Amino acid sequence: MAVVVDRPRRRLAAAAAALAVLVVAGGTTFALATADDDLPTLTSVEITIRHSRFVPDRIAVPVGVPVTITLVNTDPIDHEWIVGDEAVHAVHRVGTEPLHPSRPTEVVVPAGESRTTVVTFEAGGKLRFICHLPAHEAYGMVGEVVIR
Amino acid sequence: MRRRLATALLGAAVATILVAGPTLACGGLIGPNGAVNLLRTTTFAGYSQGLEHYVTAFQFQGGGGAFGSITPLPGVPSSVEKGGDWTLQRLILETDPPRNDVRLDFLFGAAAAPGAAEELMKVRIDALDVTVLKGGAMEVGQWASDHGFRLPPDAPEVLEFYAERSPIFLAAVFDADAAAARGQAIGDGTPVHITIPTPNPWVPIRILSLGKTGGEVVEADVYLLTDRAPALLPAPGPSNGMRLDHSDPASEALLNDLRSDTGMSWVPESGWLTKIAIDANAPQLSFDLAIDASGANQPSYVQAGLERPGEPFVDNRAAQQLLTWGAMLAVGVLLAGWVLRSAAGTAGGPRLRPQG
Repeated sequence: MAVVVDRPRRRLAAAAAALAVLVVAGGTTFALATADDDLPTLTSVEITIRHSRFVPDRIAVPVGVPVTITLVNTDPIDHEWIVGDEAVHAVHRVGTEPLHPSRPTEVVVPAGESRTTVVTFEAGGKLRFICHLPAHEAYGMVGEVVIR
Repeated sequence: MRRRLATALLGAAVATILVAGPTLACGGLIGPNGAVNLLRTTTFAGYSQGLEHYVTAFQFQGGGGAFGSITPLPGVPSSVEKGGDWTLQRLILETDPPRNDVRLDFLFGAAAAPGAAEELMKVRIDALDVTVLKGGAMEVGQWASDHGFRLPPDAPEVLEFYAERSPIFLAAVFDADAAAARGQAIGDGTPVHITIPTPNPWVPIRILSLGKTGGEVVEADVYLLTDRAPALLPAPGPSNGMRLDHSDPASEALLNDLRSDTGMSWVPESGWLTKIAIDANAPQLSFDLAIDASGANQPSYVQAGLERPGEPFVDNRAAQQLLTWGAMLAVGVLLAGWVLRSAAGTAGGPRLRPQG
């Protein structure tokens, strides 16, 4: 027969810690980060633009497969959806080109309208999609594509 | 009195020219490249006999082209006309006597280009084209876009915020070329007087933050003239960036002066003057100023933008505080229990538990 000594202090600390979490939760709204694994890998995605935000702002797509992306702009102002690496975004941040009609990865979505584009992502990794109209990126019009 | 007033106003006008910058009353200023930064702005909302008299002004900044502003209104105006010559200046003199370092940039630079939506009224005032629009956020935004002006990225949410409560907007387009052709000098203002039948006055505040980011500051002065001391919602305080600078019966001299200005004969024989100074970070201004001038002390949560139409206001802060206090109480009870158990344990030695 073995004998163990109960440790009320340790149990108390654990209980207090749990309650502390409750206290924090009571006073604050928090969200857990979404793991990439939670994102479904899709070959057809609809992204809604509302109040100058992309919804959803994270999507997952397969490598080497054409992905149909439908952009629905519910706002009364124009937006754009430009996906690429940081070099692409750096160019657009200082660019003056108003329209990108012929590039699947650079789509202008007029106010209240929808546009569909088909993009094949050739390599795995992550890319960001951003609206580069003045002040829109700073306002939060940024999203991410996970390619796997 | 007229001569003293004219002298004082001349001094104020000189001060204005020296510090001339784009300023606008309670409107969101938009230009071809987005919103224009504004200096301190001033507006006046008088309320008498069921009519809100909203006085604002647009200032010629020089140069060419056009600027525009969009101002949400609580209802359809019965008239839009050229405002008095010195109303805003006289109000400033009443609450802020001139000092050598005072900034009296009370006139508003402005102007946007008009577009689509139902145009209820169009008025030309000097070099200013004023259009009263009826429509939702999409229509009004499209109207602005159709007239060549780019709204800032927060415009969709802000326009929707207003359109849900009142789909009436006043768009003003200031034609700088026409102003120059008219011989208007930089700093010359075009006052506009809007008369709106409404059960209670209301002043759009959130629109002042249009196009501004988190770190930018909004500075504005709002003057109210009501029959009696008004109830305000939200109440001015440090948390919302508003400060009650003046709240007293309006002096007879002020009322007489205001009444003698062009188009201001409506000013009553007595009234209550309130001045609210706004010095806020843009994100603080998520509300409008609801006013109950009836004496019932019940300003509208809907008009303040704290409650959507048909949706009761829920203050989450109260619920969160309750939860926090409940959790803290639970911790206290647990600690007390542990202390009592420890005391009992010390008396009896370590507890042993058989295992296996």
